[in-house]
Amino acid sequence: MVKRQVMFTFPQELIKEPIIYNLSQQFTVVTNIRRADISEDKGWVVLELEGEEKDIEQGIAWVISKGVRVDPVIGDIVEG
Amino acid sequence: MGYAIALRCRKCGREYPLEPRNLCDFCLSPLEVNYDYKSMAKAVSREKFAGGPQSMWRYRELLPVDSEVVDIGTGFTPLVKADNLGQKLGLERLYIKNDCLNPTYSFKDRVVSVAITKAREFGFDTVACASTGNLAASVAAHAAKVNMNAYVFVPSNMEPGKLAGTAIYNPVLVTVDGSYDDVNRLCGKLAARYNWGFININLRPYYAEGSKTLAYEVAEQSGWCAPDCVVVPAASGLLFTRIWKGLDELAMLGLIEPVNTHMYLSQAAGCSPIVNAFAAGSIHVHPVEPDTIAKSIAIGNPADGYYALRVARQSGGGASAVTDEEAVAGMRLLAETEGIFAEAAGGVVIAALKKLVASGLIKKSELTVAFITGAGSKTQEILSDIVQTSTIKPTPESFEEVFGVSV
Repeated sequence: MVKRQVMFTFPQELIKEPIIYNLSQQFTVVTNIRRADISEDKGWVVLELEGEEKDIEQGIAWVISKGVRVDPVIGDIVEG
Repeated sequence: MGYAIALRCRKCGREYPLEPRNLCDFCLSPLEVNYDYKSMAKAVSREKFAGGPQSMWRYRELLPVDSEVVDIGTGFTPLVKADNLGQKLGLERLYIKNDCLNPTYSFKDRVVSVAITKAREFGFDTVACASTGNLAASVAAHAAKVNMNAYVFVPSNMEPGKLAGTAIYNPVLVTVDGSYDDVNRLCGKLAARYNWGFININLRPYYAEGSKTLAYEVAEQSGWCAPDCVVVPAASGLLFTRIWKGLDELAMLGLIEPVNTHMYLSQAAGCSPIVNAFAAGSIHVHPVEPDTIAKSIAIGNPADGYYALRVARQSGGGASAVTDEEAVAGMRLLAETEGIFAEAAGGVVIAALKKLVASGLIKKSELTVAFITGAGSKTQEILSDIVQTSTIKPTPESFEEVFGVSV
C-alpha cells in the first residue's frame, strides 16, 4: 500500500460529477480530503490517496481522462 | 548552531522537527522554517554583518544551517543605481539588483547553497532536482563542490545551451522523454521512492530560506532601509514571499524601520496564474498551461501562489503580466540603458515596471528596486532576430562606404 498526495482542479462542467466517489468505488483507492475550495464555476481539492500503486495510477489516469487536472500537492515540481 | 527551531505549517500552524519534509501531515500545506528570533536578535547587528564575508553567508545567523556551509561564492551581488533606465521610465530612484552575477548566473545559487548544506547535515549522499535550466546548473555545481551525487531531471526538449551549462559540472543528467507534466509526475514519485535530498521537494522549506538573502542585501546596500517598491518575477511565488519575509525579519530584529514596501510581482502573460487571481480579486490561484518564452518562470500551478497573492495585497502592492514581445523589449531596454543582459524573466520585470510606472502605481520619487534574477546568455535563441550586422570587405574604404564614417 502506498499513499499519494495530489491536488485535483475541476473545470466548471465537472463540478457536479461525483468524481472522487467514483474514484474510490472503481479503483479500490481510499480518498481522504484535507483541503478544498469549490465555487460555482471552479473547484480544487487537496487529498491523499491510499491503495496499491497500480490502482492509484489507474485511478489518477481515469480522473485525468474525465477532464480534471491532477498535480502534486506542492504545485509544479519542475523549477526554472 | 543556528537559530532555526522547527518547521511550521503555513496554513494550520502545526510544528514539525527540522527534518527533510515539505508538507504538513494534516492539511498537506507547505511548511516553513521558524526561528528563535529573540535569541537571534541578540546575535546580530549591522556592524557584525558589515564585517562578514562578501557573500550571502554574511547573514548566516538568519539562515537555517548548523554546519559548515556549501558555498561556491554566491551573493552580495551589486545593487546598481539605474539612472539611464530610470530616466526612460520616469523614475528618479531606480535600482537594479543584479543577480545574474552569481556563480551559475542566477539567484538559484542562493537557495541551492542552503539546500545542499542541509542535505549534507541530514546525511544524504545524493541530491536531485527537476528543472528547466537555472536550478539544474546550480544543483550540479554545488554537488560537484562537495562531491555529492547529483541527479538532474530535465525535459528532453530543453535547449542545448542549457544542457551544456549543466553537464559541465558532470551530474547524472537525465532527459525525460515526455511533457513537462510527465517530468513533474515522475519526480514526485521518485521523491517518495528514494532516500535522496530532493532540492525542490523534501528540502524545499530550507531551499526557500536562501531567497531571503536578496532582501537582506538590498536593505544593507540601501543603507539599512527597505525600498518603497520592489518588482519581482514570480514563478512558484516562493522568491516573492521570501523577499517579503526577509524584509519583515530585519524589521523584527530592529535592523531596519518597520517595512512599508509595496511588493509587485510580475509574470509572463502566457503563464500568469497569480496575476489572474490578483486581477479577479480571488484568493485562490487556478492552474494554467504555460505558453511563454520566459521558461524560467513558466510554472502553471504555483506552489506558493496563494501566499504570494497575500503578500501583494497586504503590502499594498500588485501584480502585472506582460506579453512575450514586451518581455523581449524589456530585455533590450535593460541591456541598452544599463549594460545588463538578463534572461526573459528579467525582461518581464522591466516591462512590468514600465507598466506600473505608466499607470501611476509606482511614483517618480519612490525608491524602487527591480530584481533581475538570471542572466540572458543561457537563452540567446529567443533573441536570434535582433542580430543585424553589415558585412564589409576588409578595407577602410569599404567600412567608410557602408557606414558613412569619414576621417
